[in-house]
Amino acid sequence: MIETSDKPRIEFTPERLERAKELLTHYPEGRQKSALLPLLHLLQEQEGWTPTEGMDYIAEFLGIQPIEVYEVATFYTMYHLDPVGKHVIEYCRTGPCMLMGGEEVYAHLKQKIGAQDGETSADQLFTIKPVECLAACGWGPCFQIREKYYTHLTIEKVDEIIDELRK
Amino acid sequence: MTSERPKILTDKTHIPGIETFDVYRKNGGYTAVEKALKTMTPDEVVEEVKKSGVRGRGGAGFPMGMKWSFLAKPEGVPRYLVCNGDESEPGTFKDHWLMKTIPHLLIEGMIVSSYALGANTSYIYVRGELMYVVRILEQAIAEAKAAGFLGKNILGSGYDLELYVQPGGGAYICGEETALLESLEGKRGNPRNKPPFPAVKGLYQCPTVVNNVESISTTSWIVNNGGDAYAAIGIGRSTGTKLISASGHLKKPGVYEIPLGLPVQEFIYSDEWCGGIRDGHHLKAVVAGGSSVPILPAAMLLKTANGEDRLMSYESLSDGGFATGTMMGSGGFIAMDETACIVKNTWNFSRFYHHESCGQCSPCREGTGWMEKVLHRIEHGHGSMHDIDLLVDVAKKIEGNTICPLGDAAAWPVASAIRHFRDEFEWHITHPQEATRPGGIYKGHMELV
Ligand SMILES: Cc1cc2nc3c(=O)[nH]c(=O)nc-3n(C[C@H](O)[C@H](O)[C@H](O)COP(=O)(O)O)c2cc1C
Ligand code: SF4
Ligand code: FES
Repeated sequence: MIETSDKPRIEFTPERLERAKELLTHYPEGRQKSALLPLLHLLQEQEGWTPTEGMDYIAEFLGIQPIEVYEVATFYTMYHLDPVGKHVIEYCRTGPCMLMGGEEVYAHLKQKIGAQDGETSADQLFTIKPVECLAACGWGPCFQIREKYYTHLTIEKVDEIIDELRK
Repeated sequence: MTSERPKILTDKTHIPGIETFDVYRKNGGYTAVEKALKTMTPDEVVEEVKKSGVRGRGGAGFPMGMKWSFLAKPEGVPRYLVCNGDESEPGTFKDHWLMKTIPHLLIEGMIVSSYALGANTSYIYVRGELMYVVRILEQAIAEAKAAGFLGKNILGSGYDLELYVQPGGGAYICGEETALLESLEGKRGNPRNKPPFPAVKGLYQCPTVVNNVESISTTSWIVNNGGDAYAAIGIGRSTGTKLISASGHLKKPGVYEIPLGLPVQEFIYSDEWCGGIRDGHHLKAVVAGGSSVPILPAAMLLKTANGEDRLMSYESLSDGGFATGTMMGSGGFIAMDETACIVKNTWNFSRFYHHESCGQCSPCREGTGWMEKVLHRIEHGHGSMHDIDLLVDVAKKIEGNTICPLGDAAAWPVASAIRHFRDEFEWHITHPQEATRPGGIYKGHMELV
């Protein structure tokens, strides 16, 4: 059975469409599927997450089957396949950050925002996700909120960052 | 002392504004492009890189010049250079630091290297989490292009090069070079069967060289100063300098450029480098080359089996094989003091490999899952003595039986932790209550330094 979605169609904004077209020029003729990962990032940057309707639009844009987009989006960890809060906090749970005091800091963080791993806070402001090593091990513990890295985290620093984002 | 240390990658990183084209150029940047394109043939550049003896800095340590000379050159088929900036090996953050601090060093290296290999389109694949670094590199590329160092007919030499930055999507396995190429083609990051090797069939089935960020960043210095000058630094077959990412219980964690051959003792304790173990603590164990390499107890790391000082070099770190040695790997140096629990850390790493296995081969997919599960139960006080042998057995069955080396990378940390810290595993099993209470750390036969 073919499911038809009654959700509104998603398209890139005009600037993002320009960027998307420019991306296609990075690859040799016939290899435009190479743009898939960057296009998915562009979609997530616009929508805040990676909805199916957006993936369908990318499939159409690249002239490939939707399944080719889904199978890629589900392989990689960065694409949020479910709606998320305004700020997605992705904290590093890997060895070196844990050695550098991660356990305490992240416990405090979860308590502060009132959400556990994979959850969104009641005010829809924060989603928290544990991730693996973010290549900032000597500056840990650390987390990332969208594109920004927050390093050398302490309980006090977490308080400051969250308070700031709540304003 | 400090000033006498050879600096190849970090001689300019302290200069304010070095991330901009103008400052980089004023400080001697892009002279290697001028020299290579105007006065050298591509083969002459390859020759200098060969002479330098520089080994791949991504983990495997394969000589870069030799890899370059394997590149197939069929008539009329494009060749590609792809830079591996996926940096996801736990404990490693040097490429991240280098790219954000001095992006033009990598770009200059990419131009020189692409010229040597005859590539007219090259890519820098950067892990997607580092999107801010992707933007820094894109900005730097635009500046270099505006100044005539990229694009058509560079500096009037007749050589054309387009350079693009490609973000990944979050997957450790895309650091493996064939998975990276799949990902760059817009697919899932499943490693390919080898052969064919990328040198013959790589990106888009064309001959391709994949090199690490740090490897490519050395090439400008080699072009400017000659391969022999590079080979004069370091020790034996470990030529040149290496960036070490130092993390864990050190006074001064961070990225350091060391001359290969530096004694490990000096690297850890000298104020010039890590400054020793954090106050009031002692060194228990080190993972010297990123999470994939065998863990060593402190004493074994500092001295080789013959009682000689161990050096930061490919040969010395691996001296004694896995019985008493480890590996240089990617240079992710993770130090642990007596507060670190080896079982917990091993479980943490095994969770990482289970999470990151691409799932193509069953020994890796199932084996990493088993190891995580068994380590989880030992760590949480539900282990049995039989579990230790079970772990050794599973690790053995993964090793060498998979498509790509992620399987080995998952097995070695577990096998080595049991090899050197078996008593700590046993204690966890015999003393579950003590082991699981907060701060419950084994204090038995720990040999601290
Ligand atoms: C699971 C796995 C992950 C890897 N991750 C990286 C990485 O993040 N960066 C890197 O340069 N090489 C990585 N490598 C090594 C690459 O496959 C390849 O050997 C390297 O990029 C070659 O460059 P080099 O010779 O300059 O080191 C990884 C290998 C494996 C098996
Ligand atoms: S060893 Fe693991 S990561 Fe590598 S191809 Fe096999 S399943 Fe995938
Ligand atoms: S372990 Fe946290 S960034 Fe590497």
